[in-house]
Amino acid sequence: MEGQRQTMMGNQAITQGALEAGVRVAAGYPGTPSSEIIQNLAGAADEHGLYVEWSINEKVSLEVAAAASLAGLRSLCAMKQNGVNVASDFLLHLAGSGIRAGMVLVHCDDPGALSSVNEGESRHFARMLELPLLEPSDFQEAKDMTKWAFELSEEISNVVMLRSVTRLSHASGGVVPGTIPQAQGKAHFDHHGTLLDKGHGPVSSSPVVYKHRLQQEKLKRAVELFEDSPFNSYTGPEAPELLVITSSICNLYVKEALALLDASGRVGVLKLGTTWPLPPKLLQHNLGRCGQVLVVEEVIPFLEENVKIAAAEMAGEIGAKRFFGKRDGTIPAQGELNPDIVLGALADILNLPYQARPPEYDLLAQEAAPQATQDRDLAFCPGCPHRASFWSLKGALALDARDGFICGDIGCYSLAMRPTGYGMLKTLLAMGSGAGMASGFGQLGRFGMDQPVMAVSGDSTFYHAVIPALINAVHQKSPMSLVVLDNSGTAMTGFQPHPGTEANALGQPVPPVDIEAICRSLGAEVTVCDPFDLEATQAAALALLADQSTAKVLILRQLCALSPQRKGTKPYDVQVDPEKCLGDQCGCNRLCTRVFGCPGLAWEKQSGKARIDEVICAGCGVCASVCPQGAIIKSERA
Amino acid sequence: MATAKLIHDPYNLIITGVGGQGNVLASRMLGNVLTSQGLWVTIGETFGASQRGGSVMSHLRVSADGSWSPQIPAGKAHMVLALEPLEALRVLVKYGNPGAKAIVNDRPILPVAAIAGKTDYPSTEELEGTLARLTAQRWSIPATERAMELGASIFANIIMIGALAATGDLPVSREGFEAELLRALGPAKVATNLEAFDLGAAMVRR
Repeated sequence: MEGQRQTMMGNQAITQGALEAGVRVAAGYPGTPSSEIIQNLAGAADEHGLYVEWSINEKVSLEVAAAASLAGLRSLCAMKQNGVNVASDFLLHLAGSGIRAGMVLVHCDDPGALSSVNEGESRHFARMLELPLLEPSDFQEAKDMTKWAFELSEEISNVVMLRSVTRLSHASGGVVPGTIPQAQGKAHFDHHGTLLDKGHGPVSSSPVVYKHRLQQEKLKRAVELFEDSPFNSYTGPEAPELLVITSSICNLYVKEALALLDASGRVGVLKLGTTWPLPPKLLQHNLGRCGQVLVVEEVIPFLEENVKIAAAEMAGEIGAKRFFGKRDGTIPAQGELNPDIVLGALADILNLPYQARPPEYDLLAQEAAPQATQDRDLAFCPGCPHRASFWSLKGALALDARDGFICGDIGCYSLAMRPTGYGMLKTLLAMGSGAGMASGFGQLGRFGMDQPVMAVSGDSTFYHAVIPALINAVHQKSPMSLVVLDNSGTAMTGFQPHPGTEANALGQPVPPVDIEAICRSLGAEVTVCDPFDLEATQAAALALLADQSTAKVLILRQLCALSPQRKGTKPYDVQVDPEKCLGDQCGCNRLCTRVFGCPGLAWEKQSGKARIDEVICAGCGVCASVCPQGAIIKSERA
Repeated sequence: MATAKLIHDPYNLIITGVGGQGNVLASRMLGNVLTSQGLWVTIGETFGASQRGGSVMSHLRVSADGSWSPQIPAGKAHMVLALEPLEALRVLVKYGNPGAKAIVNDRPILPVAAIAGKTDYPSTEELEGTLARLTAQRWSIPATERAMELGASIFANIIMIGALAATGDLPVSREGFEAELLRALGPAKVATNLEAFDLGAAMVRR
């Protein structure tokens, strides 16, 4: 509905902006909080004539998007913060060579690591690779800025980076959508010019120094445009006591904090949407307003440092300033911000009292806190195949009894570092790092290490980054085993297709790339097992540990409990037979609830026996194999 | 379009529960109903890892003028809509205030640590007592139980929306919600969901 305000998720607003810009090709790799952008564009592909793909990893997705730009089609690439690290080698070279049709890289950071194992900053890539950076500060801007990013990209013939954060990407707010143009233009890659002919020649970052100079000139042109950009704005008194400089969703935290403190009459806010390179005239004008400056941003002091460099360069005109921010500890440089943190900083600087609620209520809340703050640790879903897999791997490593361990990887199964996966993962770092590190640990036998090592990987992660590590292990004859936890989809981020699935992002049938065949072709021995068969899985894992003369692979294949195919279906009715369950009298010491720990199980305090919570149970029936008394009965549903 | 008048602006609503209970759907549908009244709605939520059995919250800011922070400041919730009682308490401890109201589904979901016997889930009496001290007005409703009678536990979140509508705090009408159901879920699902909405509304009105 054009022209009428809607409540849109930030990622949907970015999608809408790209569509309004006439984007034709989009590619990415799933990663929270970015995934919905490519997902939404795939949903719009038919109607608007787009090609959209989930690529095997972020670097390839950027290459796919670049190809479209070089052939004259506007393209978008989306990824989470650490995806930019993966894509950065290509991005460095692309930034040096330049692009043709507008190309935008949307990177969504996760301050506070709400759904990540890092809170890495992708903004620094803009400075390091010398590309312009835009940061929308609300939902409407997410839409408008994405659209404008394509125009900017064409104006300077280079990639434009647009940075979102979880609290924008996954939050929703008011957006007035505009018109989506008719798809037009034929793709053609012109390559007959000279190497120096940026519009018609071959594409390369060399001759390097010459092209580097051109790239820096493009950046200067971007700064000229930034000086008058409507995405930078000042609100507040002409001569405030304090100037707040902010960007991204932090802008709304500042708005909230000033409202709660009733301090809008004393504080000016310079909201910047174009955060690299900073426009110096705009800065000079606003820094000239007062002597005190607070920079509010997430996560590390990127904006703050750049503002300080600019302030030093213009010190002759604006004089010395007192800066508050991350460098002096006014605002923490770890974790995400919120209105309360910003409010605290402002109250300190302005010496304003603030009380969110009466002290009597605070006391009541404190009294209730011990109950309320009881930990609700993340857990595998009821019916999740990973719980069964780690149960068996735990059993196998215990029986092997050589202090063996598992190197973990990125996906839902990362939770196996926590109690829900019996704390089985002993390393958890980057995508594909489980196999790579296991390959390294495997080599340490020559230094006396006598612990067997296993690695786990999900199916999507396998394609993304595990294959090279596995090749390395095979080639270097590293005695390690890889367990592929194949739940047939990119479960963590919402079941995006990957090279192993039978349909692509557009829902078209594609030939699945077989993990088993890849592993065999590398020379690895492969076993395939259903993790719900606990006995067979433990035996297979033990066999891997027993002979590590060559690299081996165990594929544990079972659909994710939330997968569209399985969700809402219950293969078994599961019940506890109260006659057979010996409860507290049994020697098992509550094996099902205390150790196995599926949320579908409960321990009845009154009867002192186990019970199935039928609201939560997904009917996988695995707990029936766990109970030593055979008291958990599973019966196939009609 | 005439914008509905709010009793607080922004009106701060927190929908809370445990991952998988349908928080996100509930917040989206409510958000759309309120947007259709000409109001600005900002919704903050998290998903991904946090959905896997963890505590989840959606923060809704409803305002006549513009977007607000997707995170509600501490101590500033006007209403807590809790799909799980312990989560109601968790939210009130941080976001509650003497004027706060709460609608609480009475069906506990035990944390993994409580299932394993490492921690004790508070008794119903303890929970009720604490919730009473931390709210100005409170409704405890058997939403999951009624939802199961309707055929699936997931209807609990629609029952909760019905209950919220019946408080009259926000302009959520039966007709407005029906239109949103039709838009979001299609005609086949309107009747049962509307029944769930009515059930929830009746539990607050009685």
